[in-house]
Amino acid sequence: MNIHEYQAKELFKKFDIPIPRGRVAFKVDEAKEIAQELAVLPVVVKAQIHAGGRGKGGGVKLADSAEEAAKIAGEILGMTLVTHQTGPEGKIVGKILVEEGLDIDKELYLGVVPDRATASLVFMASEAGGMDIEEVAANTPEKIIKQQVRPGEGLQPFQGRALAYGLNLEPEVVKQFIPVVAKLYNLFMNYDCSLVEINPLVITKDKKLVALDAKVNFDDNALYRQKEVEGYRDLTEEEALEVEASKYNLNYIKLDGNIGNMVNGAGLAMATMDIIKLAGAEPANFLDVGGGASAEMVENGFRIILSDENVKGVLINIFGGILRCDILARGVVEAANKVGIQVPVVIRMEGTNVEEGRRILDESGLDLQVANDVWDAASKVAEIARSA
Amino acid sequence: MSILVDENTRLVVQGITGKEGQFHTRQCVEYGTNVVAGVTPGKGGQQMDSIPVFNTVEQARLEAGANVSMIFVPPAFAADAIMEAAFAGIEVIVAITEGIPVLDMMRVYHAVKNSGSHLIGPNCPGIISPGKCKVGIMPGPIHMEGSVGVVSRSGTLTYEVVDQLTKNGVGQSTCMGIGGDPIIGTNFIDALKLFEADPGTSGIVMVGEIGGSAEEDAAEFIVREVSKPVIGFVAGLTAPPGRRMGHAGAIISGSSGTAQAKIEAMEKAGITVVRNLGELGKTAVEVFGE
Repeated sequence: MNIHEYQAKELFKKFDIPIPRGRVAFKVDEAKEIAQELAVLPVVVKAQIHAGGRGKGGGVKLADSAEEAAKIAGEILGMTLVTHQTGPEGKIVGKILVEEGLDIDKELYLGVVPDRATASLVFMASEAGGMDIEEVAANTPEKIIKQQVRPGEGLQPFQGRALAYGLNLEPEVVKQFIPVVAKLYNLFMNYDCSLVEINPLVITKDKKLVALDAKVNFDDNALYRQKEVEGYRDLTEEEALEVEASKYNLNYIKLDGNIGNMVNGAGLAMATMDIIKLAGAEPANFLDVGGGASAEMVENGFRIILSDENVKGVLINIFGGILRCDILARGVVEAANKVGIQVPVVIRMEGTNVEEGRRILDESGLDLQVANDVWDAASKVAEIARSA
Repeated sequence: MSILVDENTRLVVQGITGKEGQFHTRQCVEYGTNVVAGVTPGKGGQQMDSIPVFNTVEQARLEAGANVSMIFVPPAFAADAIMEAAFAGIEVIVAITEGIPVLDMMRVYHAVKNSGSHLIGPNCPGIISPGKCKVGIMPGPIHMEGSVGVVSRSGTLTYEVVDQLTKNGVGQSTCMGIGGDPIIGTNFIDALKLFEADPGTSGIVMVGEIGGSAEEDAAEFIVREVSKPVIGFVAGLTAPPGRRMGHAGAIISGSSGTAQAKIEAMEKAGITVVRNLGELGKTAVEVFGE
């Protein structure tokens, strides 16, 4: 789960990680008020959306007066901000962060992420702050210093020192940096984060270390024990259909194609999307109805898929296994009747009682094509896409 | 032959009295697995069907001789259940549970490594040695005894692969789902080592997906250490970056973890990578023979 920069900075504040003074605003008047309160110039107005690259997209601007801050706020609030992370459709800005501007001497990078290969957390720090850290890692990996931390053992004091000295910090900055590393670690552990990143972590002209930006993501698996974090969720940042699907415990992700698909199991669902593409059509979504694929899940799945107006055909691929295909087929027919399906549907299913299942589908009177295997199913649905 | 589970497996099911636990225990018994015990704290002394239930895993090992565990405990308690099995000296621990927090699994991972137990999963369908023993939730009848080892990060996609193998007459020594989470007990390399050392395995099918670099690491390992022929498949060529595709571990972060990069690494390592899932069975016949 993602949150906004201003929310991440609230968490930073709780952990005593230094941030610029400022507040979130939802209206132009509020932005002006905050700028006046700050009583320093310039002030920075930052669009709050769940995507990086805001500066390049025109979502971060400096103002030299409270009036200018209000004017900029008026331009940014309600704008559709397009960045390399939003996709071409962009995101509508509903909130802005108004902060004091700082005199910056140097920009650093500091982040923590889980490392799969070593089953540990890895701190990454770099003198090349303010840049895309992926690019730094790809082009100049020597500019990134790392420290691995096993949560069972915890962060060791020497690791903070190793990062600080690796960054060639001046002694008075080292003193500020080491505690920030420890606080970042505590934040990560306390909130079950999946990423905490400060980019840039700046050193001001008067040698103060300040988190100019803040990014915090959380482990979805741990949300059950992070009730406070749930309050940070911003549903306006999420695709409406995906929010709807999550209410039914369905894993749905909207894509750009026109062939809807419903599959049991995430791996098979991805493989089904791939084979649709291989057959010459484009998948409209990813939808995993779970290993069990109950009739209710199938019905909800149909509703979600068909809410996408681009969908011209649907492929259902269920590897039942222990699940009986006759029961599944009855569920599909019932769901199709209930939802009132207007597009052709190709069904491929495997498992026990598969013949009985096919008979039920054939005799349903619905526009259902039964496929023999995955490739047959993909070919049939691609044919539908071509004639649509 | 086979790896990790066989006719000597004496299974304890942690969470045996829950709905899932009961259902899949019965399926395992039906397949022929020797289920010797169950564990549900507070229900020690009861029975599930005729299987004795204990309060602790240690009791299950000492009194019923359990050496392999299958875990159906809910995510909030699953890390503890894995630790309990490891500390009780269970040799192979199969964690079916989906949704365990990543930080919990980091602690568990190192503790289990130190204990000497072998953890499979979590968030996996389990492991089956066809004709001998099934420890997991996979459908038994699609499998067939033979000499091809299957290792996969997925559940139902593994069934699809196994089903094609069986329909094409290619039997399996052991099929293992290693799980869709970012932190898992057994990775591809661990599984490849076991298959390479198993005289009953003559070829390997490896099924990967987007996220992380386990496939690339495995490809490198295969070049150095695996003499047996390997077929590969990677799901997620059409997956968009930055989105978690169902499995917690299936996410392309920036430019890393793409299916394209994995396929290229695997092909470079001499693995026969199948692009069309529908042709996997046929390809297996060509590469392994029937």
